[in-house]
Amino acid sequence: MMSSPRRKLAELPIDARAFDLLSLTMALVLGLHSTHLPWWLSIALALTLGWRWWQRRRQSGRVPRWLKLPLLALLTLAVIVQYGGIFGREPGAALAVGLLILKLLETETVRDVRVGISFACFALMTALLFDQGLIATVVVALGLLPALATLRALEPGQLPTSLPRSLLPALALSTAALPLALLAFLLVPRLSSPLWGAPSPNQARTGLSDSMSPGNFTDLLTDDHPAMRVNFEGAPPPADLRYFRAYVMWNYDGRSWRYVDARHVQARETAAIEVGSSIQYQISLQPTQQRVLPTLDVPLQAPAQARLQPDREVMADKPVNDQLSYQLRSALQYRLQPVLDERSQRLGLRLPTGFNPRTLALAAQWRERYGSDNAAIVQAALNLFHDGGFRYTLAPAPLGRNAVDDFLFDTREGFCEHYSSAFTVLMRAAGIPARVVTGYQGGYWNKYADYLLVRYSDAHAWSEVWLTGRGWVRIDPTGAVRPERISLGAAAAAGDQLAWYRNDWLQGLRNRWDIVNRWWDQGVIGFDALRQRGLLTPFGIRDTDTATLGVLLAISSVLFIAIGLAWALLRRQPRDPLRGALRELERKLARKGIARRPAEGPQHYLSRAARALPGQRGELARLMRSYLELRYAHDEPPTEPLRAFLHAVRDFRIGNVVK
Amino acid sequence: MRGMLQRIQRWAERRLPALTRYRRPESLPIELHRRRIYIVPSGFGIGFSALLAVMLVGALNYANNAALLLTCLLGASSAASMLVAFRTLDGVRLSHIRSGHAIAGQSIELTLAFDSSRARNAIRLDLADSHIAFALEANASAQVKLTLPTMQRGWQPLPRLRLWSSWPLGLFRAWSWLHPDQSVLVWPRPEAVGPSPHAPANDARHMRLHRGDELAALRDYRVGDPQRHIAWKASARHDNLMVKDFEQPQSRPQWQLDWRQLGGLDNEARIARLARWLNEAQAQRCNYSLWLPGDEIAGGSGPLHYARCMNALAQLP
Repeated sequence: MMSSPRRKLAELPIDARAFDLLSLTMALVLGLHSTHLPWWLSIALALTLGWRWWQRRRQSGRVPRWLKLPLLALLTLAVIVQYGGIFGREPGAALAVGLLILKLLETETVRDVRVGISFACFALMTALLFDQGLIATVVVALGLLPALATLRALEPGQLPTSLPRSLLPALALSTAALPLALLAFLLVPRLSSPLWGAPSPNQARTGLSDSMSPGNFTDLLTDDHPAMRVNFEGAPPPADLRYFRAYVMWNYDGRSWRYVDARHVQARETAAIEVGSSIQYQISLQPTQQRVLPTLDVPLQAPAQARLQPDREVMADKPVNDQLSYQLRSALQYRLQPVLDERSQRLGLRLPTGFNPRTLALAAQWRERYGSDNAAIVQAALNLFHDGGFRYTLAPAPLGRNAVDDFLFDTREGFCEHYSSAFTVLMRAAGIPARVVTGYQGGYWNKYADYLLVRYSDAHAWSEVWLTGRGWVRIDPTGAVRPERISLGAAAAAGDQLAWYRNDWLQGLRNRWDIVNRWWDQGVIGFDALRQRGLLTPFGIRDTDTATLGVLLAISSVLFIAIGLAWALLRRQPRDPLRGALRELERKLARKGIARRPAEGPQHYLSRAARALPGQRGELARLMRSYLELRYAHDEPPTEPLRAFLHAVRDFRIGNVVK
Repeated sequence: MRGMLQRIQRWAERRLPALTRYRRPESLPIELHRRRIYIVPSGFGIGFSALLAVMLVGALNYANNAALLLTCLLGASSAASMLVAFRTLDGVRLSHIRSGHAIAGQSIELTLAFDSSRARNAIRLDLADSHIAFALEANASAQVKLTLPTMQRGWQPLPRLRLWSSWPLGLFRAWSWLHPDQSVLVWPRPEAVGPSPHAPANDARHMRLHRGDELAALRDYRVGDPQRHIAWKASARHDNLMVKDFEQPQSRPQWQLDWRQLGGLDNEARIARLARWLNEAQAQRCNYSLWLPGDEIAGGSGPLHYARCMNALAQLP
């Protein structure tokens, strides 16, 4: 019975304002997704959107079907060609954005717009699957404004406003909804394991790799996104001790160093350690899609859900797909593996045969010269790097088959990978057990918030050699060439090879801005099931389970609904002091049984009251006269007599009534 | 199916007056308040909440807190829009209703005056088959015009009218039923064809009274003219005798429309005929009076007079 007119309402055509706002929403969605869409698709979609907007401004009407269907086919084809399928995060998002823009071509009625806006909200959310940083989230949230404004513009019968002003009510609505949203965010129970397949780890940023060949750090060293942030208990270690170990690599094939997972080979025992001093700290690691957890120097034990490897690296049980925080205690002064077992000895000396003859010769020459003094050989190698005309550069010349030979005797330029690799080969050739360690070194100490920010560009590679009586000793050959690489970090070492945007003051701003990012990453992105369970710890509840969360969510929602209802039901009566005073007088009289009848005017009522209360007759008559005077003789009651009347009413007392 | 729905609705209105649209007619002004505003999610609102659920599950599954935050924000905004929808109607006052004139079978124009202390957008009004949307400015009155079909002459009570709004996002639909205790007067429908009203009054009208008081003109003497009518002075200036022609002034015709002259017809036919005569009289701008059982309207003319006569006709039992 009621449905037919309502169905007609949804079929009503839309006006230009609603269409403009819808186009704005879609442009925003497209802009947000253009960071990962192929550029030609972004441009094509933007042109389609602009053309449709222009076309509808001139003449409203759907785009003909013969144009729509080929475009749809073209879009699907483009996505398949680009991504090789339509399933998955990237192709799915590309298809969604494309369909959204094509939906605009047939948008003419209220229903079309509503479908388009719902879909746009979903597409806005998918943009966050690619980047959930603070700025991206804020921009996406701002994208809700034109979406909500579009929905408002669909309603007929509005007071006219300008286009920018029509966004303001949407902003007000979202702002008012923000407390409830935050509460829901805190209390919506998180899933401890996903309901269906976790997102494919298809991150562009890979972090450290479990193999190292000359040149594969280059991308990493120019990527200054945060890799991890470290909080120390107490003072941070001095700059030259900020080595974060990730992979310990034994295997060298002449070209690259490779980490071998302990699961895949016959297990060795975890290396013993004698600890001099240690430090407690917490690392929050950005997702790497890898299992390795970098640790400051040598950790004493593994954190939860991770295991200590033979060489005291830490591997998580699962790849780190989300931000992860872990607490550790590490040794700063230590003797690692004071006694080298026979197998480690063999591994630490193994070199591929038939490579780098000149290097082997140089090592043999050193061995001859220094005899059994391993420390002297180490020093000789460092001296070679320091005085041999070596140069630190992020763009070294390519190396041939005998990579270490080429590097040591010909090119003499490179960065940490080259130095640590060449040094380790030299050591092994000289008969000193050695291995390559990769990880991070340095970092930026944020003195405003007391934490160490380690970027991908702080990735580093160094060597460890085993010396009798000292165990594994860290030797950083890069430091011999460029000491500031160790004290100031990779950026300073690279000198003028860096882009303009890395200059000092900008870097300072970026470092400060990182505090906000850290807060966002820890407080919002990293708020997982585990953190949620500890939510109520300050209130004495150590483990907040799902049921408790549900109850809390329900209670606080009710609270918010009550606040909202109070606002909705609030009726501000226009303040009328005269009327208020009369009401007060009525109340006083009503207590004595003289209530005003619904249809009784003030004059009649007060005369009746005067008759009923002979003692107050004169006073009531005066009150009545001044009320009538104030009420009816002026548009606005004059101030002074009004005040007198209010006083008179307040002081009015009723004596004993004789009935 | 539809008949059953209507039966269920009638039953519900009888048994559950608080929940259904049933309200007894009430006198103006009617102010909307929380006890009479209902609110439910619209179809779009239900669809949108399904979308929100999908977004929520997706964000939770991928442990994407930024997406979860966005979903929460969108959900909370939607929930807040419910309160806004309520506030759109809360406190709206229907202060008075003016009606135009219409004859039975035509649509009558109604002007409803709404006012409120706040500005409001997108209030919609359904009355019978007409739908209209309007906005209210703060402390101002909005005149909303719509039409109501009429069936027969006489007092026709206003039907229930529904004031509703899906402001601001179209997710919720708040509505309230108003049943103003007010009726509109529908004029009778004139008969299509019939005799003209002149016939009964013809003889009287054409009787020419030669002995009037007013000097109309001078004319030539004709045999039989009374001697005292001869204008001697004027005749002296002419060749033949001139006679003063006295005539009763030829007044504008006065139509006396009388219920009693229409014997032999039933009531409705009489009313229809009188209505047609009234129309004709009004079209010819003549003077007319109307006699009805229980009501007598003296001669007059003009739209007010016409309306008075039609009202009287419309109210005949």
